[in-house]
Amino acid sequence: MNEPNSRMDLVSTLRILHEVRTDEVIITSMGSGREWQQFKQHPLDFVHVPSSMGQTQSWGLGVALAQPTRRVVACCGDGSLLMNLGSLVTIANAAPPNFTLLVFDNGVYEVTGGQSTPASTAKRLMGRSINLASLAEECGFRHTERITTLDKWRSRADILLNLLGPVCAVLDVAPQTEDYSVRSPGRPKERVREFAETLQTT
Amino acid sequence: MFTADEFVTELRSVGITHVVSVPDSTLGEWYPALQESDDLSLIQVCREGEAWAVAAGLHLGGAAPVVLIQCTGLFESGDALRNAIHDYGLPLFGIIGYRSYLNQSSIPGDTARIFTEPILSAWQLDTVLIDTPDKKVRMAEHYRTCRAEERPGVALIAEGRA
Repeated sequence: MNEPNSRMDLVSTLRILHEVRTDEVIITSMGSGREWQQFKQHPLDFVHVPSSMGQTQSWGLGVALAQPTRRVVACCGDGSLLMNLGSLVTIANAAPPNFTLLVFDNGVYEVTGGQSTPASTAKRLMGRSINLASLAEECGFRHTERITTLDKWRSRADILLNLLGPVCAVLDVAPQTEDYSVRSPGRPKERVREFAETLQTT
Repeated sequence: MFTADEFVTELRSVGITHVVSVPDSTLGEWYPALQESDDLSLIQVCREGEAWAVAAGLHLGGAAPVVLIQCTGLFESGDALRNAIHDYGLPLFGIIGYRSYLNQSSIPGDTARIFTEPILSAWQLDTVLIDTPDKKVRMAEHYRTCRAEERPGVALIAEGRA
């Protein structure tokens, strides 16, 4: 992982995703869910807040399996992925060709105040960071990529939304240090009903 | 309780499309029949919390999933089911193996026997217990009722081994 001050800005990475997306399902959570709400919303957006931490990629897998003709993009943080690492194996085993997992890796539990995760470099023997993209590759994802600059992300985002999946891209982002709490758009039951209706009728 | 063929027939009769599961020694005996079925997909997950989450996504996408796990997996997966069923109101259905209900020969004093029903009650899941062969029809009946009323439910299947 890059040093904190050289990592990408989360909002900038999401803005690029917002610019390149067309008709993909985009499911966000935690930090990505909080920031995604500042962009114009699409009927196929689902902000998975409130969530069960670590389960957003599994919700996305289910949608991808039920709707094989749509591209499904699930966004999670590294802390969330660590909470459900087995999901990488489950996704690779199910092998949905229409699924992209975006991991926004900031090395901390951002929404609770920035505590480092057990995977943070400083806490690990030998001081070596975990390369989550390599982990996804070992689990059997068809394509994995680690992205450390906005230029690279800008050039790869559209491709990663269209490659034969399952795809996993890990983006090195800086932790947000202000206004970092999780933020629900509210109306969870109504929102999920609207999202399901859009999925099933369009 | 169910033979593999009986179990698959019951699921097909109510239109199940996906079985999201972690096996135990009873549920695992049904896997070959599930895998051979043309109209059922068996989705194996690594831990039971994932099962409710994958089932949630399948349901949103228009599929008809069930979660097939042991009661110990139910204990593990509470937050995932809380989120899908209670935060979002999704009418997910679980088929849960009730470890050591029929006998405790492999795990004497199995505490799974103590906590299963109170935990199902705590999660406010309408549950039918299937502990004798004559009650097997209740699984499909309960699924149909829950589906018609768009609410979650559980069929709790008595098991004798771990």
